[in-house]
Amino acid sequence: MTRRIVRDKNVARYLANAFAVVTALVVAFPIYWMVLSALKPAGEIQSATPVPWTFHPTLESFQRVLQVNDFGRYFMNSLIVALAVVALSGLVAFLAAVALTRFRFRFRTTLLVLFLIAQMVPIEALTIPLFFLVRDLGALNTLFSLILVHFAFTLPLAVWMLRGFVAAIPDEIEEAAQLDGASRWQILGRILFPLVAPGLAATSVFSFITAWNDFLFARTFIISATENQTLPMALLVFFKPDENDWGGIMAASVLMTVPVLIFFLFVQRRLVSGLAGAVKD
Amino acid sequence: MTAIDAGPAVTGRARSRRKRQFAPLWMLLPAAAVLVPLFVYPIYQLGLLSVLDFRQAQVSGGQPTQFIGFDNYAELMSAPKFWSVLWATVVFAAALVVVTLAVGAALAVLLTKISRWAAVALSLAAMAAWAAPAMTGSTVWMFLFDTNLGLVNRVLGWEGHNWTYERFSAFALVGAVVVWHSFPFVMVTLYAGIKALPEQVLEAAQLDGAGPWRSFWSITVPMLRPVIAIVVIQSIIWDFKIFTQIYVMTNGGGIAGQNLTLNVYAYQQAFASSEYGLGSAIGVVMMLILLAVTLVYLRMLRRSGEPL
Repeated sequence: MTRRIVRDKNVARYLANAFAVVTALVVAFPIYWMVLSALKPAGEIQSATPVPWTFHPTLESFQRVLQVNDFGRYFMNSLIVALAVVALSGLVAFLAAVALTRFRFRFRTTLLVLFLIAQMVPIEALTIPLFFLVRDLGALNTLFSLILVHFAFTLPLAVWMLRGFVAAIPDEIEEAAQLDGASRWQILGRILFPLVAPGLAATSVFSFITAWNDFLFARTFIISATENQTLPMALLVFFKPDENDWGGIMAASVLMTVPVLIFFLFVQRRLVSGLAGAVKD
Repeated sequence: MTAIDAGPAVTGRARSRRKRQFAPLWMLLPAAAVLVPLFVYPIYQLGLLSVLDFRQAQVSGGQPTQFIGFDNYAELMSAPKFWSVLWATVVFAAALVVVTLAVGAALAVLLTKISRWAAVALSLAAMAAWAAPAMTGSTVWMFLFDTNLGLVNRVLGWEGHNWTYERFSAFALVGAVVVWHSFPFVMVTLYAGIKALPEQVLEAAQLDGAGPWRSFWSITVPMLRPVIAIVVIQSIIWDFKIFTQIYVMTNGGGIAGQNLTLNVYAYQQAFASSEYGLGSAIGVVMMLILLAVTLVYLRMLRRSGEPL
């Protein structure tokens, strides 16, 4: 009797494992297809009978993308914008998060609610007023305009996420440091900041991805200065009315996906705790 | 020393306490300096633009801007196009939320039932889908479903079938990409929530003779309510604002605008038709809808007694 239950349990687990593996393969397949297609020679890409393997991998799509279409430059542009946003947003959000968790003051809860509501705002709708704002600043066609808007749009989530990480650090550490005569700056920079660093890493990933993936603002602000294009817009260049250059599109997509994947794997453990911390103390 | 006469003889302690009072202020200043001009002011501007007659002539300064009250809104309300786009947005977002949650929740439960190596494989695959930028996810799926060179048509044997030609199938294709992108967040968050549940409760239920199905619905789900609330609200907000996938995959809103959602519609009105006032009015409508969702969420948070 018990033996049968054990055997049934084993069968169930075996089936569950099989189902999980099949699901994993299906989910990962588009990523595999992207990398594979980027490595396929042109003839195989244009074949009407595509197969999920290749015996002649080549880097010619990558070469074409990087040399002919100046993709390296757009890659750097995207990187500059994303890293600037991460640095600025992280620092400012850190200060705000400490203020909101370590102090009790009037309007504190109101401010918190505002930071929460700010995350719900459809920023796409704000492209219209922001377009005029950036135009009046004379910042259209500059990378600076993209840094500016993403700095503002990543802040609310960053503050919200960092709050949880700051709250997790025991007060006693700061109190001890204060008794030892550390100034507020020293406590902030030498004690709190290193302790929050893991949380800052998780928060940074979100800020990075927001800026890196942005298609809408790049499309709206960078009108004529092609040298200041970022990756998503550069990708569209390979779409042609008559014949899409799929090899080029896939190679460019791989180049755009790799940095984010690396980042993600780097902080994936903290991502979950960060998101959980972002929603409950 | 009394509090009234706190002149020159304020003690050191009182001074440091007062300094502590001001500390949060300067720490919040940088955030305010960014958010007020770049976030709060544009929201005000959006509202302002929506009650103006603001088109190409006004942008270039050829004509003075005119306050026209709620004319833009009246124009929207009387346009069948607006209602069909609004309807499509709500239905599309609702379908995405339901499918994303169903897939994410089912896989989160599956994760608790499988061997470690299989769980790692599934988590890694989900991570990759989560990390892929909306732009590249869109391009790969477009290639997979391409009319002439796509793998899917070949496997199905549907030579020359165009997936974006028909309204419903174009929405379904975009929806599939969005779900592929967003179920990992739901799966990972719910899985973390399940792992954090106290085991004794489930064991006690088992001893009381509750089957796995019963204990899942009567114990796990109610205990996970706060986490479920979060993923539901996050999904609603994200799925209501889908932009990149629609814009890229249906080439700016589909054939004759059949795949427009409010977001893309507002953008096209403003930047393609130079109807900035009208576009802003659509933006305001979107804001109000999402604000309503947010307020419901805040009320739920307050009810569940979460301290802010």
